[in-house]
Amino acid sequence: MDNQSCVKIINEWDIVSARQLGRNVAKELGFGTVDQARITTAISELARNIFLYAGQGQICIEKMYESGKVGLRIISIDKGPGISDIRQVMEDGYSTSGGLGAGLPGVKRLMDEFMIDSNPGEGTDIQATKWLR
Amino acid sequence: MDFRRSMESKYRELLTSYLKGGSEQALYQSQKFSRNALERNIPPEEMVSLHKNLMIELFPDDFTAEMQESFDILLEVMVGYGFAYREHQNLKHIQQELRTEMEIAANVQQTLLGTEVPCVDGMDIGAISVPAKHMNGDYFHFVKDENNSVSIAIADVIGKGLPAALCMSMIKYAMDSLPENRKSPTVVLENLNRVVEQNVDLTMFITMLYGTYNTASHCFSYASAGHEPGLYYDATQDEFSELPAKGLLLGIDKKTKYREYEKEVMPGDMIILMSDGVTESRTEEGFIERETLLSLIKKYLHLSAQGVVQNVYKELEKLQDFQLRDDFTLIILRRKV
Ligand SMILES: Nc1ncnc2c1ncn2[C@@H]1O[C@H](COP(=O)(O)OP(=O)(O)OP(=O)(O)O)[C@@H](O)[C@H]1O
Ligand SMILES: [Mg+2]
Repeated sequence: MDNQSCVKIINEWDIVSARQLGRNVAKELGFGTVDQARITTAISELARNIFLYAGQGQICIEKMYESGKVGLRIISIDKGPGISDIRQVMEDGYSTSGGLGAGLPGVKRLMDEFMIDSNPGEGTDIQATKWLR
Repeated sequence: MDFRRSMESKYRELLTSYLKGGSEQALYQSQKFSRNALERNIPPEEMVSLHKNLMIELFPDDFTAEMQESFDILLEVMVGYGFAYREHQNLKHIQQELRTEMEIAANVQQTLLGTEVPCVDGMDIGAISVPAKHMNGDYFHFVKDENNSVSIAIADVIGKGLPAALCMSMIKYAMDSLPENRKSPTVVLENLNRVVEQNVDLTMFITMLYGTYNTASHCFSYASAGHEPGLYYDATQDEFSELPAKGLLLGIDKKTKYREYEKEVMPGDMIILMSDGVTESRTEEGFIERETLLSLIKKYLHLSAQGVVQNVYKELEKLQDFQLRDDFTLIILRRKV
């Protein structure tokens, strides 16, 4: 697909590449610096989770054009162990860094749309979208 | 986004006025500004961005590219703070919901466990029970029956808060379901002991004192399951003594037998029952001395029994800097002169 580019996450440095990709696309679409920083922070969190918990996977950045709106979607996919209790990890204060506001609920708040799909033993698929205002 | 626009012009005003004179006035205004921005949930990264943009606008020539870029680092760091800020907002909201839920639960508990202090000829009875948190792990109950007697149960779950309170509801219903004619103190405790032993997990223990006051003979018969000992006040001697009572806590061994004790109550004398939240009231120097408690009771002796318990509570609350560490229950039964 033309509107989508991906970065494989295998080691920690790949997180930087994923951020770079996200920033470039965000700039290109016209996001301001604050939103660029939010998008890249969200990418870091998702990529770091892949690196830490799934071992490897990929982060894709997709340009969105929907009924006149322009947006950026982060897609995080891995075939790792998956998450058994999604409700629990989406709860504030659950992440291991507890209280730093980071983690998946934080990503959800930074972005406009958030979708998570995960099955134990199969992997995790997260999509988070930010729309240009 | 009206507020954002006015926020921008307000911030520009602050910045220019400060850069002109460096006045404390402008700094004070900035502090007020931040309150306003916080009320509107403006995250820190937006403030950084606003500042940077205004600097570019105000000093197009002097604000160098390096200076501008340095703000990218600050912005990135502030997104992290913004992350935490948003979580904090949400946690505050959740806390508020939990608090409301606890308040409702406390009301339900009040209704479930509520008891009225009975009016009995020849007796003056007072009782107070205050939870350390929302839910009370102490419990007391009065029953007045036809044949001139008042029964009093006072119990304390080791532990406090919600788990203790849930446990207490069970005790109350177990007690209600005891057959009417088998309410001698030892029988009550032995029955409840079996209920607790079967139903409550091993880490939850309950102490209880159950007594029956016969208003004709003025004899108080009671039994205790490891409960904080009661006191007897002898009015003629103006002296306190401990009401002896031995017995194992409820829920330890289902075969536990309890012993019944009797105390004859003279005119003007008092039976004082309490939970360990009273004797374990703590001040900065440690537990309060028993003497302190006794002298507080004496101080208010001229009042009704209800007046005594309320005032003793008030004083102990103050001594503890208004922070109860444990649920507090105090009951006084006085034989009128
Ligand atoms: N891609 C993934 N594969 C498997 N498990 C995951 C994945 N992403 C998250 N998890 C699980 O969900 C939990 C919560 O993740 P989250 O990112 O919210 O917090 P965290 O990584 O524990 O801490 P931090 O706040 O540092 O990110 C993780 O501890 C992990 O168990
Ligand atoms: Mg994480």
